[in-house]
Amino acid sequence: MDFRLTEDQRQLRSGIRALLAARYDRERLRAAVDAGGPLDRALWAELRAAGLFSLRATGPTGLGLGPAEAALVFEEVGGSLLPGPLVASELAAAHGVLGPGSAPVAALLRLPPGRGPLLVEQLPELEALLVLDSAAGELRLLDPAEVLPLARPVRGVDPLTPLWEVTGTLPAGTRIDGADPARIWAEGTLLTAASQVGLAARAVRSAVEYARQREQFGQPIGAFQAVQHLCADMLGRLEPARVAVRAAAVLLSAGPELTPRARAEVAGAKLLADEAAARGARDCLQVHGGMGFTWEADVQLLLKRAWVWQRSFAGARECAEELAGQVLADGSR
Amino acid sequence: MDLSDTAAEAAFRRGLRDWLGKTLPELPPPPDPDDWPGRRAYDTSWQRRLYDAGYAGVHWPVEAGGSGATPAEHLIYLEETERAGAPYVGANFVGLLHAGPTIAAEGSAEQRRRYLPPILSGREVWCQGFSEPGAGSDLAALRTRAVRDGDAYVVSGSKIWTSHAEVADWCELLVRTDPEAPRHRGISWLILPMDAPGVTVRPLRTLAGTAEFAELFLDEVRIPVGNRVGAENDGWRVTMVTLSFERGTAFASEVLAGRRALGALAARAARDGAWNDGELRRRIGLLAAEFTALWRLVQWNVSEAGAGGVPGAGASVFKLRFSEARQRLYDLAAEVLGSGALLLPDQADQADRSDPAEPAWTAQRLQGLSYTIAAGTSQIQRNIVAQRVLGLPRPGRSGAGGG
Repeated sequence: MDFRLTEDQRQLRSGIRALLAARYDRERLRAAVDAGGPLDRALWAELRAAGLFSLRATGPTGLGLGPAEAALVFEEVGGSLLPGPLVASELAAAHGVLGPGSAPVAALLRLPPGRGPLLVEQLPELEALLVLDSAAGELRLLDPAEVLPLARPVRGVDPLTPLWEVTGTLPAGTRIDGADPARIWAEGTLLTAASQVGLAARAVRSAVEYARQREQFGQPIGAFQAVQHLCADMLGRLEPARVAVRAAAVLLSAGPELTPRARAEVAGAKLLADEAAARGARDCLQVHGGMGFTWEADVQLLLKRAWVWQRSFAGARECAEELAGQVLADGSR
Repeated sequence: MDLSDTAAEAAFRRGLRDWLGKTLPELPPPPDPDDWPGRRAYDTSWQRRLYDAGYAGVHWPVEAGGSGATPAEHLIYLEETERAGAPYVGANFVGLLHAGPTIAAEGSAEQRRRYLPPILSGREVWCQGFSEPGAGSDLAALRTRAVRDGDAYVVSGSKIWTSHAEVADWCELLVRTDPEAPRHRGISWLILPMDAPGVTVRPLRTLAGTAEFAELFLDEVRIPVGNRVGAENDGWRVTMVTLSFERGTAFASEVLAGRRALGALAARAARDGAWNDGELRRRIGLLAAEFTALWRLVQWNVSEAGAGGVPGAGASVFKLRFSEARQRLYDLAAEVLGSGALLLPDQADQADRSDPAEPAWTAQRLQGLSYTIAAGTSQIQRNIVAQRVLGLPRPGRSGAGGG
């Protein structure tokens, strides 16, 4: 056992980090907010060239890497707050749902849907809409152009996540043979958890940076124990979530079979990462005080995106039930 | 990132699992938790078996008498002993996890020769004399005085929260050797023989009703200068080495124990119908995620620290989360037990004895209240995380309320 990142993994991570820092800095982030979170096709093409959508693909264009590498990359992507259905697009590419060519833009829905309306991110931009039918245990491919007339744009809470609500009955689409829906769902859950970890890490950095420079009562607020303890708890939630994501990614990398252990650790990773991100963003806002409540501060973007990702792939309820079932199976053995 | 066993690790795991399978059925039943002489005898005889089989101090370096196992093998040792339901270190805790590693890292050749083998073979038991009535979390405020007199220190003062003191042979003792120096600079780390004239042990009764630890009174106790570990007045640095072992992996096996107890709790909830409560079920699920992640954090920290590495300040994150997770487990158990949670542990329905993994919940719940206090309170751990890991500024004046 050596849980550390390999040299190749470190390079992969720093490569994607450098690319995102150069191409999606704060200025562009705020420009995207002002524009309502459009999909940046040029940037997506660059990400594709950097390998984001071919990490796990095999064959001449793919890098043939595993979920562990994908998770590391999504930590970086998540921390960048880049808009778009990145996780579903990665899944579509990794599972060969879309042919090689342009950067894939895909979304993934699960039926039956959970509570609330059926929402699709970036619907007019999609090249593929994947539907995971839990009842039938199959994956289907829908043409987004056929879904668009059944949907209407709605105002979403996250300024970087434009949403469409599907109001009509979805067409049947075509069944994708050879896909393992449970595995794909677990991978999507894992990569979303990895994104949350990246977001939570950004929240910690942002809070600490602000607490060091903002002065009140004649000293930086970061010298106050109450503020220190908020920040310590943010890190205390982030670190276990981060290792949980990485361990789950390693378990998914062991082979195509989705073992009960891997399922449980993916669920645990998502549960902890959602908490680290959503609570972390809340605490970051608290550290920023009144400034954090303004539109100008980026804290809102962290919090709102964390909320979006909490609702993406497996949510808290589903994950906790999955884990409880696993504990009972282990405990009764 | 690799979590699987190497060939050598797999062989180590197999060998240990076989040995545990053969040895555990031979053990006598464990003693009453309040019977300290009985516990000492039981814990040290288990240590002796480990020693004879070559599993004593697996994580200690070979030159200290350990088996020089890699950090990964140490974790395998913890996994396999927990999985098999082997006894805990118990009375050997301080020797094996604090004093031993500290002497191995900081002691002289002579000290290593004298003190390490009896710890490993279970002949000698240690206790910890760090805290004082006026120096708990603020350990550097300690006042127990040591005055040099020829080849000895003459020590007077008192210590508190000294676990296993009644049955210990030695005590890792912190004393002030230079009262004029700044408070972190005048401290020394001494080895106190518990049978020395002038040592009085008075057991303390805890809120759990047990005599888990004691007060230690030192009245002009002569301790040879040769019993000092590290240089005179360098005891604070030595202590930080000791405490980093404690915050690093000393609690690792308890994470596994927590996960195992959670499984037993789920089984019990399923038997008595509490499992139908979705809210309770999901809280069990969330705790499972916590314990698993904490174990992964141990694996991560161990991998990062590498062979022989001393765990860093990041271990405070582990300590913080671990203590709280453990307490949440017992609170959850109280939900499952219902009104049974108000009964003391000697009442029949505390634990279902058909399940050996199930602890006496109320006893553990009471005992577990110490987790967020002992070995550095959670508030102190948060200060350490904020200031040393995140680099937040130290409080500039008293109004900042720092620690």
